[in-house]
Amino acid sequence: MNKGSSLQEAYLSRLEKQRRKIMAARILLALAFFLLWETAADKNWIDSFFFSSPSRLASLFLSMWRDGSLFLHVGITLTETLISFALVVFIGLAVSLLLWLSDSVFQVLEPYLVILNSLPKSALAPLLIVWLGANQRTIIVAGISVAIFGTILNLYTGFTETSREKIRLIYTLHGTKKDALIKVVLPSTVPMIISIMKVNIGLCLVGVVIGEFIGARNGLGYLIIYGSQVFQLDLVILSILILCLMAMLLYGGVTAAEKLYHRRQHA
Amino acid sequence: MEPLLELKNISHAYHTRGGETTALSNLSFQVFPGEFLALIGPSGCGKTTVLSIIAGLIPAESGEVLFKGKPMPKQNKELGYMLQKDQLFEWRSIYRNVTLGLELQKKKDPESLFRVKKMLQEYGLEPFANAKPSELSGGMRQRAALIRTLAVDPELLLLDEPFSALDYQTRLSVCDDIASIIKKENKTAILVTHDLSEAISVADRVIVLSSRPATVRRIVPISVSIPDRTPMRTRNAPEFKDYFNLLWKELNRHE
Repeated sequence: MNKGSSLQEAYLSRLEKQRRKIMAARILLALAFFLLWETAADKNWIDSFFFSSPSRLASLFLSMWRDGSLFLHVGITLTETLISFALVVFIGLAVSLLLWLSDSVFQVLEPYLVILNSLPKSALAPLLIVWLGANQRTIIVAGISVAIFGTILNLYTGFTETSREKIRLIYTLHGTKKDALIKVVLPSTVPMIISIMKVNIGLCLVGVVIGEFIGARNGLGYLIIYGSQVFQLDLVILSILILCLMAMLLYGGVTAAEKLYHRRQHA
Repeated sequence: MEPLLELKNISHAYHTRGGETTALSNLSFQVFPGEFLALIGPSGCGKTTVLSIIAGLIPAESGEVLFKGKPMPKQNKELGYMLQKDQLFEWRSIYRNVTLGLELQKKKDPESLFRVKKMLQEYGLEPFANAKPSELSGGMRQRAALIRTLAVDPELLLLDEPFSALDYQTRLSVCDDIASIIKKENKTAILVTHDLSEAISVADRVIVLSSRPATVRRIVPISVSIPDRTPMRTRNAPEFKDYFNLLWKELNRHE
């Protein structure tokens, strides 16, 4: 590829300019939103007791930062989410591979997986509390329950869509079904596995917060419920904003892993 | 001479809920060591089924496949199979693609690796050993696929329309390449194709199959009065067009 031509440089700088414009517009949008919010609260267009305001949120944030409670709650929610995500990856891969190995097992289980996948998992949370107790284990299970069934179904579909001809090649070279799995199915589905995981990390966060709503004394989900019960809506809104940030960072983490994988592929 | 491979009264049908489709009926032919055999027939007549049965990928419903006079073992390592498309794995380098068979059969010994290296050198792929398949042209990819098949040193090669995915020009030159590689490596080969001129240009004998259910309609030995026969030169032989007409009539004969 020719890298030196001036037309190519002009093209690249145009791309870069466009990228910066979009970035600037995104940041401006957020700034405008917070500015409008602050002004509205300041001029009493909205009742800041119910709707809070950026300045009230900032001072609450600072005080929670100083007394360390911020790190406690964020840390707990984050840990629970990461643990349930790791378990979803592991259990999801293991189960979907077993199903891929035995078509009849899949046929037997399919309707049950579909039902469990469509069931609103928040309906399970009260049961989980009773069965497993109000502890972190319950919250992690709640996180897993939201993501696991969809993961299994999606991974299984991805595995079966691996080119039949590529698997046939393995057999013509006298390989076994295990070879087909390790040399074809898994490597060819890595991009798909990563994109399923991008969705899952968000789902795990959803499950963990549902769990914290009912059975926790710490964590952002607990803060939201607690804040609403004592009518401290600043706390509720701050927790929601932090959840937004956390979701963004978690998604960004998986995307970074994806980029790393692609770079290694093309190295 | 004892045939390397012999098919005796092979019959096979595919079963689906909708019914039964007979693909092969009483198919018999022989392949001799060092021979290049072409199998032609109308499309959908079951040519690929014949190769799948020989390779043991599907069991024949009736009949016998003999290899060196004995029933064909289930996993015969002396068979090499080349598929229609190259099926190179994009996540592996060319070198790791062509050694895939050795890896699966746990035969990555110095001798086999040396043979692979020599073939890569000889067939112009050495500079691309570390490249990804997408960096290669269609013809080069097909050569890589052939080296992958030859790496495990099979005695009998099964070629399932290996050139059909290529454009016409590439197809002629790759066909020329591959036929000469196979000759040079001293292999016996069965080529399945629906292209008459391809069959005449490479084969020592052409077997014409009938439409489904396939059975042997005629066996035509090809001999051309040309020294140093290659597929490309054969196309210019005076006998070429006679063979073409003969096979064309045979294929289009309706009983």
